[in-house]
Amino acid sequence: MFKVYRNIDFFDCPFPKGSKKDYSTSLGIRQCFQRILPLGSGQKFFEKLIREISLVLLTLKSRLCFSRLKPRLIPLILVLFLSIFSFDASAQRFPKPEFESGFEQEAHQLTLPRSDFMEYFDVFVLLVAMSLITWLILKKRSRKGVFWMSIFSILYFGFYREGCVCSVGSLQNIALALFNPGYKIPLTVLAFFLIPLVYALFFGRTFCAGVCPLGAIQDIFAWKPLQLKPWLQKMLGLIPFIYLGLAVLYAATATDFVICRYDPFVGFYRINAEFTMIVLGGLFLLTSIFIARPYCRFICPYGVLLNWMSRFSKYHMTITPNECIQCKLCENSCPFGAIEIPEVSVPKEPKKKSVRRFVSLALIIPALAILGAWTGAQFHENLAMVHPKVKLAEEVFIINENGGFDENNTENETLEIDAYRRSGQAAEELYAEAEIILKQFYTGGIWLGGFLGLVFGFTLAGLSLFRYREDYEPNKGECLSCARCMDYCPVEKEITVKN
Amino acid sequence: MSKDEKNKDLSRRDFLQKGFRLTAALSLGGLGIFLAKDASSEDGLWQIDPSKCVQCGRCATHCVVTPSAVKCLHVFDMCGYCDLCGGYFRPEAKQLHTGAENQLCPTGAIKRNFVEDPFFQYEIIDELCIGCGKCVAGCDAFGNGSLQLQVSHDICVNCNQCAIATNCPADAFERVPSSKKNISKGFSGGEDV
Repeated sequence: MFKVYRNIDFFDCPFPKGSKKDYSTSLGIRQCFQRILPLGSGQKFFEKLIREISLVLLTLKSRLCFSRLKPRLIPLILVLFLSIFSFDASAQRFPKPEFESGFEQEAHQLTLPRSDFMEYFDVFVLLVAMSLITWLILKKRSRKGVFWMSIFSILYFGFYREGCVCSVGSLQNIALALFNPGYKIPLTVLAFFLIPLVYALFFGRTFCAGVCPLGAIQDIFAWKPLQLKPWLQKMLGLIPFIYLGLAVLYAATATDFVICRYDPFVGFYRINAEFTMIVLGGLFLLTSIFIARPYCRFICPYGVLLNWMSRFSKYHMTITPNECIQCKLCENSCPFGAIEIPEVSVPKEPKKKSVRRFVSLALIIPALAILGAWTGAQFHENLAMVHPKVKLAEEVFIINENGGFDENNTENETLEIDAYRRSGQAAEELYAEAEIILKQFYTGGIWLGGFLGLVFGFTLAGLSLFRYREDYEPNKGECLSCARCMDYCPVEKEITVKN
Repeated sequence: MSKDEKNKDLSRRDFLQKGFRLTAALSLGGLGIFLAKDASSEDGLWQIDPSKCVQCGRCATHCVVTPSAVKCLHVFDMCGYCDLCGGYFRPEAKQLHTGAENQLCPTGAIKRNFVEDPFFQYEIIDELCIGCGKCVAGCDAFGNGSLQLQVSHDICVNCNQCAIATNCPADAFERVPSSKKNISKGFSGGEDV
């Protein structure tokens, strides 16, 4: 019977891929017809008709070849004939038999996902963990407490939840939800995005300190941290903005979630990760021995948002519990270079010079933004090539330019091309879809470039800002509230003895 | 710098801080309310649309879980209970019996049970299924398409970005709300129970 199938030739179908492959020769009678008949709506009926007839022919043909087949199949054939007139596109080739032996069909065994309640429980755990660590940092001033919270996060959010309830990745869901009304964001994801930001707005980046499993695992590896040169730190600190911009662009265009795709530690938490992921994560962990928390400081896109919030935080942690005595003991205690030294006296600049600087900055910042927007627009096609549809359209275009599909030589085709060919979609339709995506990327490229231009401009402006400061203070934006510096401060908490 | 000047400077700094904090709080709140209005209380899951699936075999190789969380689901209501099953037997099968050389499934994950003459029931052994889709291709080509690839939600770790979805050549993976955890084609049997 199968032999018969393999030799279907009554329509001389242009068969799809891989004549050697088990089924692909005989694959898709449906698809054969799709290719023979242009898929105009008027011909739909005709197509259906021929398809039904062909099925009957098939059954008949096999019937002739295999005398083994039971005569019971004759009514089956009749049913098939009848189905020609039913016009039901999804008609079965072999309808379900009516069993005479009283056979009871089994129920379908569909697998159940983790219950939604557990997702809300995760949000609850996050809330408790955030409150607890904030209390440990701000009230208890306990580095030990932060350390144990890190261990808890590694165990719960890391190994137990396998790194996939993640505030860092949630920003992509937000971007997707904002730009694609079709996507309904789960409330739990929204909560995971907002809770750490709200805490950062009031208490600083306590999420980074020991709740984020990505940060926690790096933090316990920070054994011999080196102090980076400030200029290097500033330069590397620009990477997260680029990453953030790209992540939002790709999520908003529903292309890919790059943050999740290149998450370096999720492989450790799942234990059975791909080789590249293990290498990537391993490199990050090795680096974090000397350069503390490289991912958090120089890659993490969510860190950018937390940084912005934390800058305006109301109750940010302080190095000293009381008044700073300028002992300088904490000066080198921060592995992240986030402690700012006092700047009391700065030589007064001539007014002319500062005015000139102000004017030049006021010109440079918009110029950078415009330049960035222009560059982004120029590169929108390169950015869009990541989108599978655009890539496919490009490949199909090249094939069509070179004389169309070679039906006889389909061995070297990619699966994408193969799948596209089997779908029977018209090239023009595909190009039109790709064109829409390209337009999105054009707009997105302008915004991305403009945003990056502004970031570069403001970073430049920040370099020439003088900020009066008497004491040793954490840089509220960059401080990860890890509480290491507190142990270096010799000042005791004030003991107020009243009466 | 005199003391008054310093105080004035600090208060300006405080004022700016307060203003920015208020702005940030309002924008966070606004974003939250805007998205919460349209948010779903259910969790999102990944699922395969069988009508788009082309059985390329990447489900077996690209899942972060080994063996893959994608498994074959047999929709019994769609099955014709054929003796000669395109999903069970290899195309070159010489005999129609359960010998390993006749079977299409590389892991022998389909169990063939005799029901009554000439009908057989085919049952997927989930523990053995690796989600390669070979049987699905066979059933699609010759049978009713009752064998379909579906994500097993008890195994799936529900990655925010499904690794198979990014590699699916047919764009058959979708985010679905947890109440609609299965997408089926064809007959009522594939719908949720």
